[in-house]
Amino acid sequence: MKVRIRFAKRGIMKFIGHLDLVRYFQKAFRRAEIDVEYSGGFSPHQLMSFAAPLSVGLISEGEYLDIFVNQTMSSNVMLNKINHEMAEGIEILSCKQIIDETKHSNAMSIVTAADYYVSFSNEILSGFNNFITQDSILVMKKSKKSEKQVDIKPMIHQTEVYHDKIYMLLDTGSTSNLKPELVMEAFFDYCHTSRQPEDKEEGSLMIQRLDMYALNSNNEQSGLISLDDLGVEIV
Amino acid sequence: MKKLALSDEILLDVDKPARYLGNEINVATKDPKKVEVRFVLCFPDVYEIGMSYLGIQILYDMFNRRDDVYCERVYSPWIDLDAILREKHIPLFALESQDPIKEFDFLGITIQYEMCYTNILQILDLSQIPLLSADRGDNDPIVMGGGPCVYNPEPLADFFDIFYIGEGETVYGHLLDAYKEHKLSGKNRRSFLEKAASIPGLYVPGFYEADYNVDGTLKSFTKTNKFAADKIKRQAVKNLEQVAYPERPLVPFIKVTQDRVVLEIQRGCIRGCRFCQAGMVYRPNRERNIESLKEYAKKMLTATGHEEISLSSLSSSDYTQLEALINFLIEEAKSKHVNISLPSLRIDAFSLKVMSKVQDIRKSSLTFAPEAGSQRLRDVINKGLTEEDILGGVTQAFNGGWNRVKLYFMLGLPGETGEDIEDIACLSNQIAALYYTIPKEKRPGSGRAEIVTSTSFFVPKPFTPFQWVRQNRNEELLGKQRFLNQKIKEQLNRKSIKYNWHDAELTQLEGVMARGDRRVGKVILGAYKSGCIYDSWTEHFKYNLWLAAFEENEINPLFYTDRERSLDELLPWDFIDAGVTKEFLILESKKAKEALATPNCRLRCSGCGCISDKGGICHES
Repeated sequence: MKVRIRFAKRGIMKFIGHLDLVRYFQKAFRRAEIDVEYSGGFSPHQLMSFAAPLSVGLISEGEYLDIFVNQTMSSNVMLNKINHEMAEGIEILSCKQIIDETKHSNAMSIVTAADYYVSFSNEILSGFNNFITQDSILVMKKSKKSEKQVDIKPMIHQTEVYHDKIYMLLDTGSTSNLKPELVMEAFFDYCHTSRQPEDKEEGSLMIQRLDMYALNSNNEQSGLISLDDLGVEIV
Repeated sequence: MKKLALSDEILLDVDKPARYLGNEINVATKDPKKVEVRFVLCFPDVYEIGMSYLGIQILYDMFNRRDDVYCERVYSPWIDLDAILREKHIPLFALESQDPIKEFDFLGITIQYEMCYTNILQILDLSQIPLLSADRGDNDPIVMGGGPCVYNPEPLADFFDIFYIGEGETVYGHLLDAYKEHKLSGKNRRSFLEKAASIPGLYVPGFYEADYNVDGTLKSFTKTNKFAADKIKRQAVKNLEQVAYPERPLVPFIKVTQDRVVLEIQRGCIRGCRFCQAGMVYRPNRERNIESLKEYAKKMLTATGHEEISLSSLSSSDYTQLEALINFLIEEAKSKHVNISLPSLRIDAFSLKVMSKVQDIRKSSLTFAPEAGSQRLRDVINKGLTEEDILGGVTQAFNGGWNRVKLYFMLGLPGETGEDIEDIACLSNQIAALYYTIPKEKRPGSGRAEIVTSTSFFVPKPFTPFQWVRQNRNEELLGKQRFLNQKIKEQLNRKSIKYNWHDAELTQLEGVMARGDRRVGKVILGAYKSGCIYDSWTEHFKYNLWLAAFEENEINPLFYTDRERSLDELLPWDFIDAGVTKEFLILESKKAKEALATPNCRLRCSGCGCISDKGGICHES
């Protein structure tokens, strides 16, 4: 059975990188005695796939991983068992069955957008609306091989400025991917206030991922659906 | 949420911030206000190395079983954080509570190798604790040292308040009780150290004085405090069944060197190799009960979620119930997807059968440690491995599907001749040749034998039969290395042999630290102050700064290395009773000169002196 797990990454766990988090979950499932399926071959590994990795330093209420299990238990039992083995800062929020067991349903392949809260100091936030209503937002995007100029404007679905934070919904996934850090970098450039080293003392940027989404094929009007809502409760 | 000693900005700025969080699985969480003693254990190297060390896990578990103690951990901050802590004057902190180390009652440092000595000073310095024991006051933590290097603690004597000589499970309880009593009494630091000095196995260096002859040798070593003992007796656990073992070891977030369950199957070794300090000071050989080991294995795998288990001991093949234990583990492993990582076993039919079950033959290699190339020199060092054993094992291995063999040797052993060195090349060649005796179509692997021959340099260690011998100079060692390289190139099967060698400069320094006296402390301090740290990391080792520190303090390193000591010379570590008697070591050193082997403890007792410890193999049947 294919199970999607939604979890939160909070507090000091934001310093744990993606690869370490993968190892962390492998060990946690073993401690919790979740009967995860293993691959074949001489060095078998747990069948597990994460949606979009979170950068070190970010916190999140909407991380996902899919696993295959041999034996089923109810969503509730599984959630409690895993949570019992979690370190402070990681909490399992839901465990749901994904009926489609092909790789087309994998969190990793269907994720298309993610939304975030970004907190910073108020005065700069006030300029954000001017920044975001530009016709195009050009940034230098670095890849492994080269550096090229990209317009990130089409990759930003939606933004909203609150009194102490900015909400943003961005492209995420293998087709098009935009990190909130890059949006903020472009914004700071726009403001000509690149962060000075002395600002670092203040604990400047705080970014929280809220959720990740796939395209909703059933309902074309709303467009996006939370990865969590694609699963069903196991009873 | 847990509070951290470092800001987010610092943590995002340094490499692997998880080294400094202390939020690992199975971490001990207590309210520091509700305990009577706060202890911080330190492994003075980077987190990934320190977290792999079993000894800390054992002591951490043992201390935290007590409700009146909260034991935490600290490791050496990596170079990047080191600079930040200095610049911002942030005191070094313990991982669990993130409180400054200087607020603790005890700082206990395990000293596993000589090249970590500057890292010890880094820990003290960053903790803002005075580097010298003499400069510490009533509010500073008691700085303790333990581990194998304290069998000659003298180079570090100035920096420690107490050295713990022997195994940690024995007298810490007494020390902690004494400390609680002391705290209530309101007396000063010195009065506590006097209490500690009267506990067996605890050495307070400040209560002793060393005097030297004109030729630089030790003239006398005398106690200056009536509570100090004339001789410090090494403490050993009598029966390992009666001491605790960590059933819920810590599981780190980042990948560490030893990322697996470690099962200590026995302590001590029956072999008696004459170069090996561990084989002498951990006598007598004491096995753990197989039924307890099975229980530990199951519990530890469940409590950690580790996917691998490894056996730990000095010579696993000598564990009497090894076959039954491994068979049990293989059965357990099958159902739970656990890998078994086998320590270097003696290569024979049994071990080959086991290895083919638990690892991919194509990817694995076989390891032999003959240590010396010729049978004569192997008899000198009492390495009971014969050419027959090696060639027989290799033949079976090649027929069983292996084509990779790793060979470990030492250069600079006492009594070594050019012939002995050449024999390393010959033995490597012979092993490669065996591979080619197999018909071409049946040869395993790539169709070529892959022999990796490695040499390290011998460093004489205290409490071994070689504690008196002269260590080779740098240029001698390098010459031997070149000679061997040349000889390997002359072999028929040279293309199948890869030769790996080590750095000679580190060896010289290791030699000075291993057999140094109190005067060497000034050099360590000087080297540290001039910027030496992480000396065991090749990329950070600054030999020139060390040489300058020797010169500045008018200490000649060659006095400690390039000198045969006479049997009646007073040695800096003679005040320690390590279990093995001096008479035994002298007898062994004489037998070494005649290339006479000594049988292992199971075959016959050789009267090393450890029988008085009343434990283990000395008292079996």
